[in-house]
Amino acid sequence: MSALSTVEPLTATPSDAERLFGADWASTLSVAHRWMTLGRVYDARMQALQRQGRIGFYGASTGQEAVNVATGLVSRPEDWIFPGLREQLVALVRGYSLTEYTHSIFADALDPAHGRQMPCHPTARGVHHISMSSVIGTQISQAVGLAYGLKLRHDPGVAWAFFGDGATSANDFHAGLNFAAVFGLPVLFGCANNQWAISVPVAHQTASESLAAKGAAYGIPGRQVDGTDFFAVYGALTEALAEIRAGKGPRLLEFLTYRMTPHTSSDDPTRYQPGDWAERGQRHDPYVRLTEWMRLHGLLTPDREAEEQARADTAVREAVAAAEAAPPPAPDTLTEDVYSPHSSAHRGATP
Amino acid sequence: MSELTIVQAINRALHEAMQHDPNVLVLGEDVGVNGGVFRATEGLFKEFGADRVIDTPLSETGIVGTAIGMALYGLKPVAEIQFLDFIYPAFDQIVSELAKMRYRSGGQYPCPVVIRTPYGGGIRGGLYHSQSTEAYFAHTAGLKVAIPSTPADAKGLLLTAIHDEDPVIFLEPKRIYRSVSGEVPDGDHRVPFGKARPVRAGDDVTLVAYGAMIPPTVEAAEMLEKEGIGAEVLDLRTLVPLDEEAVVRSVEKTGRAVLVHEAARCCGFGGELAAILAEKAFYSLKAPIARVTGYDTPFPYALEHAYLPNAETIAHAARGAVRGG
Repeated sequence: MSALSTVEPLTATPSDAERLFGADWASTLSVAHRWMTLGRVYDARMQALQRQGRIGFYGASTGQEAVNVATGLVSRPEDWIFPGLREQLVALVRGYSLTEYTHSIFADALDPAHGRQMPCHPTARGVHHISMSSVIGTQISQAVGLAYGLKLRHDPGVAWAFFGDGATSANDFHAGLNFAAVFGLPVLFGCANNQWAISVPVAHQTASESLAAKGAAYGIPGRQVDGTDFFAVYGALTEALAEIRAGKGPRLLEFLTYRMTPHTSSDDPTRYQPGDWAERGQRHDPYVRLTEWMRLHGLLTPDREAEEQARADTAVREAVAAAEAAPPPAPDTLTEDVYSPHSSAHRGATP
Repeated sequence: MSELTIVQAINRALHEAMQHDPNVLVLGEDVGVNGGVFRATEGLFKEFGADRVIDTPLSETGIVGTAIGMALYGLKPVAEIQFLDFIYPAFDQIVSELAKMRYRSGGQYPCPVVIRTPYGGGIRGGLYHSQSTEAYFAHTAGLKVAIPSTPADAKGLLLTAIHDEDPVIFLEPKRIYRSVSGEVPDGDHRVPFGKARPVRAGDDVTLVAYGAMIPPTVEAAEMLEKEGIGAEVLDLRTLVPLDEEAVVRSVEKTGRAVLVHEAARCCGFGGELAAILAEKAFYSLKAPIARVTGYDTPFPYALEHAYLPNAETIAHAARGAVRGG
């Protein structure tokens, strides 16, 4: 962990916290911090396993934990999550099993998707987490269609469409925001702007003053939020969700974060990031910012932190052990699920 | 039974499906108030309302992406793409998402979207209102591809598509939308996928076609009959699933195959059929397999009559197969 003096301190007061999280604010923050610890431990462990050749690929969400954990806590079970690239932790906070997720990272026989996707592309229907695609932006208009269903059936729930800064240049960002606004649908568009689309900085992605400002063209209120300030993220989400749930139509939130790792395990950011980027990211590390605030207000003690760390280490170690003990997917799963099991459409080469 | 044109039969199928199941809805450009530019959705808006007959903004990727989200929620969206030529902005959604959703989720997220779209030439539509690119979709695992050629099949295949658990690309032969009419069974008439329609029997040569190529293929068979050549005509109805058995069985009987489509020849579906016949009916073949197809050019405007297969070019290929040369 980086030296504490290097982070921008969070400015919330305990009474701000009470206003945001209610009388139980201390326990909400403890829960949030536990999830952020798990996310941090998991990312570090998986990046190491990738380097050891034990998993094929990994894309970390380090730096984005405040957004993911706040989303997990603010969303409701009847909501649906359409992930962008780095929202895996959202599924876990919403109740997805860490062990099952880890089976998907190892693409083994116990991965419910039978190892068909690269690591970090989970599907978790039980917690309404839509199957993640590697294609940029396509999930945005899909979320709009699901929200249409919610509205048509008068069902409660919000469709959450996540995407990165690069996706705001893609076709479905435009189509999705436009459709959602025209039809007045319950969609939360969440842009995790980590300022890099692999090597292209956000200033080369758009000439717009912000990504949130793009909402105005569609008639969607947009707001830029410090995505590394857990209080700010939680507050912005709560407000936006209250409006969406009240039937006021879609909202766009841009979470300004810092990508603190390479794009993925296949990327070398020293080729394109300025020398001081890592330091800037560390100054806005959402985990350390919250940790420091909680220490300051007596919510974390050294013992408590060590205990939390040990708990996360154990959970990750057990999940990895289970995954490494599982066999690879059975060969006959290769041709399953192309079509419905009731269909005879599949033909041609089979193993 | 009712006497209907193809476009009326499609309209009837949509109407009955929407009456029967409140989850069925229609979305696309101009499909609501206007009833569709070909009038396939005529009357639906009035009966079922704007919530279920949705005039969308002009974006094919938005239409298909939205339809995918609807299907994920358990609705039965029937999306209309105004012309197959305009489907390409949605190609990413169709190929990357729709076709793969069930597979990549391990069966957790089936995605039964129906995409209806008029295809094909012969209507003076030029490059962008005439294409026949069914092979792109047949090539993509996870999609089914249906192409009716009669009013009864238009209704029956569309109802099967709407009840199917998988995504279906439903290609409508717009050239014969109104020129072909016929008896259409009332009620829940469904035509199963993967069963070719034997159009006429013959012993000397098998003509395989689908969609708007059926009328000229039948006309060719009638010409050949007068010349003493018995031509069997098979209408594939669906390319995926394909009734491989019917094609192979027929060619085993006749020993000759002429494969007809208006799509360009290179990597057209006829190539796939030829490969199957080479693999499975090779020892029955008495003559080289012949393909009668569109040219490997963009679709032309003034010369479309030269581009498209017709009864004479189909019959010519069949004569060549039967008599040699």
